[in-house]
Order: sequence, then structure tokens, then C-alpha cells
Amino acid sequence: MSTNLIPGSQPVADLDRPLYAPIKRRSFFMYAGATAGATALVLAGCSKNDSTPGMVNVGTGDAGVLNYAYALEQLEAGFYTMVRSGAYYTGLGSGSAEKLILDDLYYHEVIHRDFLKAAITAAGATPIQALTPNFSSINFGDRLSVLNTAKAFEDLGVAAYNGAGQYITNPGYLFIAGKIVSVEARHAAIIRDLTAENSFVGSDIFSSNSMEASKTPSTVAATANMYLADGSKIDVSSIM
Amino acid sequence: MNFFQILSDIEKVDPEVYERLDSRRQVFKHMSGVGQKLTAAALPLFVGAVFNKAYAQTNAGLAVQDVLNFALKLEYLEMYFYQQRTALTGISATNMTALQTIATDEANHVTFLKSAIGAISGAVVFADPTVAAYDFSGGKGTGTGPFADWRTNPATYLALAQSFEDTGVRAYKGAAPLASVMANKTVLTAALNIHSVEARHASHIRSMRRAGVNSSTPSQGVPVAPYGAQPKSWISGTDNGGAAPTYTAPIYGAGNNTGTAVYGNGTGSGVGTATGVGVTFPAEDNVTQGGVPLSTSTSANFANFPTASFSEAFDEGLDVGTVSAIARTFVVTGNTMFG
Repeated sequence: MSTNLIPGSQPVADLDRPLYAPIKRRSFFMYAGATAGATALVLAGCSKNDSTPGMVNVGTGDAGVLNYAYALEQLEAGFYTMVRSGAYYTGLGSGSAEKLILDDLYYHEVIHRDFLKAAITAAGATPIQALTPNFSSINFGDRLSVLNTAKAFEDLGVAAYNGAGQYITNPGYLFIAGKIVSVEARHAAIIRDLTAENSFVGSDIFSSNSMEASKTPSTVAATANMYLADGSKIDVSSIM
Repeated sequence: MNFFQILSDIEKVDPEVYERLDSRRQVFKHMSGVGQKLTAAALPLFVGAVFNKAYAQTNAGLAVQDVLNFALKLEYLEMYFYQQRTALTGISATNMTALQTIATDEANHVTFLKSAIGAISGAVVFADPTVAAYDFSGGKGTGTGPFADWRTNPATYLALAQSFEDTGVRAYKGAAPLASVMANKTVLTAALNIHSVEARHASHIRSMRRAGVNSSTPSQGVPVAPYGAQPKSWISGTDNGGAAPTYTAPIYGAGNNTGTAVYGNGTGSGVGTATGVGVTFPAEDNVTQGGVPLSTSTSANFANFPTASFSEAFDEGLDVGTVSAIARTFVVTGNTMFG
């Protein structure tokens, strides 16, 4: 895979390596930026499950997978929330195709996020904390910056759910994940079409035989953590 | 993805998975071991809320090759449908390119499934039914069914395409939680990797219909309620029954398998029929997921959201019996692959 999903963002080497490895701490602080530092100090150690100081451990088993999904949906919902206050979105005509699509994606992702939080609680488990995003690499006034980031998030979400299915033991949770992932795939297709007509599928998201490439939790987390502030970066090492 | 590794993995079976899944007591025991945060008091509620019939599709005797053969039948239907796109007139070059892309994907899915099933010891691969098995007019072989102009009229053709893609998404989703599929992580992941591609196809076909068959900018169409003719890229409520409600409403409705469903290759030679009685799925306008109502009682953030957004945010599964009934409309009289 490409290690740099967003054109213009800073390059990161060895994204597949766990971020809590000493060599990576240096580079993730580089990403997080100065403003996130204070947040990290406040939030560090808040999660009693933390196996890595300053990171949010999603936990183990099915609850871990659900919290992993909850983290990704928080990221997506936070992104579309920001999109709606940016100059690109506010400049779209009411009733325009792009505005209607971005509105629906905002609704859907907030619903996914808040549903997962409620479902984790209903299962008797504890949802992870509300994560603080870091979207400083995104220009919310620029159409392509927004759409390319949306494309990266939606494709990442599909690959993440596809890759996490095998770690779910409860068929009910697997079914729920299936209900969400196909909607994420529908999102990904139209967002990709907005960036380039007919790019709803492509070799970049296929493995072989026109089947979508899955991504492991650690690979997904490495990308997701580029958009999460210090203290909100996720540790998914306990899932499998 | 290493193809040879897949073929190798498919033959492996996790011997403990059936035991873990086959009784409430053992699921209970297993879950309490997994989640330190799952308290004893919370568990009964959790089991009751999550384990309804739709989830507990643990059909004993339904082997993974039966499920894969059913998927193969659906992929053959799609493959032969998209192969016959060439006589369409009045459709944009952009849209023809998209149909070619999808045709290639469906053919690749057929290739993969044939190989995957063939790698399972003792499995019989469903034989290629050939194009002669289908009548996409819905005329059962007369060619004069309700979609008689499907070969040349892109509006009819894309209405059928959307119907097939949305059905495929629901069918794969319904199969993923089956015990035999969950037990084989390689098959499960492969099924998920096809499932999301079908969803991308469905999204794009819907965009094409929304913008108009001759548009060269299919991403720029605006949906028109109630979405039968100019749909969103996702299913909104039940989409008023879909592209041709008289025939397509079951694609968006509830699924209730009350009879024998033909999972396997239909010949009865070891991978024939299996009974799926009692497996139910809600319609696409469902707004309660896993026992959690999608309303302001769950989150105050939902207060000003459009009603339709709650159903749009989740796709639903569908049982093999209902999927078979939908597919049966498009095979010729006398062909029993869908019962």
C-alpha cells in the first residue's frame, strides 16, 4: 500500500510498524503538532486499559473490535463535521449533488459513531473515550483536499471492517459490521467518482480477482493515527 | 493476497468454532472469558438483544461450499447480464466504460469462486449454467417479460443492474454470519472482499441512474424522492420498492426463509439443498440495530437528522430463500438452480 494516503501530507516511513515502538514515537509527535501536546498531557493515562502510555487501547476480543470501529467512526464523523463548516462546503449551492452527498455522509457517520457507542455500552463493555482529531493537514476550503481525504477515510474504513471481520466471534456483531461496511463502500464509490468519474473501483483497492484488499488493524491504526491528536492515538495491538 | 495460501487455508477447519457457537451456554461462557468488562449482570441482556434468529443462522450441515456455490450462482447471473451490454443505445461512453469495468469484476468473482470451491475437499463446483439459462426480460425464456427491452434500453438495463447489485450485497451480508463461513476465516474474508465490491457497484449504478443514462458526469446527479427512478447511492428506506416496484420490492423488503432454499449446486450430490427455516431479516427501512433504537433516545445528536438517514446508514441482509425467489424471475422455465 501507499504509506501516504493524502497528497501534500508529510511522508511517513514504516507505517506498518506499531506506533508505540520507540522509533515511531518521535515521528508521531512530529505529526501531532504543538497544539495537541497539551491535550495529550491531560488525557494520558485516562484509559485504564492503556498498554502504551498516552495511547488509547481499544481492548481485546469482540469489544476491542467494536471499539476499533467506534474509533474509526469517530474520525469519520469528526471529519464530516469539520467539512460542513469549511469554505468548500459552505460555498456549495443548496441542492447541489456534492452538498447533498456530504450532508448524507455526515448523518450516516454520526449515526454509526453514536450507535457503536450505545451498542458497546449495551453489550456491557466500556466505550473508549471521545477522541480528539488532528485535521491540520486538511484544507477545508479546498475541494480536492476535502474529497481526497474523504476518499482516503472511506476506503480505509472499508478495508478496516473487511480486515477485522475475522476477529469477531459473535455472529451478531459480524452481521452489524456487515451492515455498516457496505454503506461505507457505497460512500467510497461516490466520493471516488466525485474525484474522478468511474473510479468507484480500481486496482488501488483490489488485491486480486476484483476483490477488495483488507487491511489489518495495525495498518489501519497507523493511518488513522495521522489524524488523531496526541493522547487520542489508538493502540489496536490487543485485538488479535 | 496469496492465492495459493487461500486454497490451502480453505481446507483447514477450526475444530472449536462449532462448539463455541452451538449453544447459548457456551457462547455465554466464551464471552465472559473474552471481555473483562462484560459483567455477569449485563450478559443475559446482551445475549437476548443480540442473538435473535437472524444472527443465529447456525444451520447444521450447511457446509461452506454450499454457501460459496450459492454465491457462484449469483455471480454467474451478474456475469452473463453484464456480458450482454453491447447492444445498448443512447448510453454515454462514460457509462459504457463503467459497465465494462463491472463486467470484468463479476467475471473475476466467478473465476475466484470456482477455484475456491474446487479447492475444498469433496466439494462439487456448480457447473456453468451458460447464458442460455437466463432470460433477463423476466419472461422465463420467452424474451417478452416485463423488462423486454433490457438489451437496448439503458434505463431498463440499469434498473436491472441496480436490482442485481443490491440483491448481491444483501445476499453476501446474510451469509457472512453463517457458522460455516465464520469458522473459515479465509472464506469469510474473501466473502467480505467481494461484498464491498458489490456495494461499490451498487453505489455507482445508482449514481448512473440518478444522473441519467446518457450523462458523462454520473457523479453529479441529484436524487429525486421517492428514489425509484433517481435514487441515492445508498438505499433510503425501501426506496419505494426500487427500480420497478412490482418486481423489485422484495429486494428491499424483509426476508423470511420459510421453506427449503437451494444453497448448493442443485443436483443433490453432496452439496444440494439445505433448509433455512426461521431465518429472518428486517426490511431496508429498519431503524433498530442490535437492539439499539436509532433515535434521540440513543443520542441527542440525532435530533435534527432526516428520518431517512437512519435507515440509509445501515444495509440489511437477506436470506437465501428470498434471494432465490428474486433470482428465479430471470432464469428460464425448467432451470432449477434457484429452486
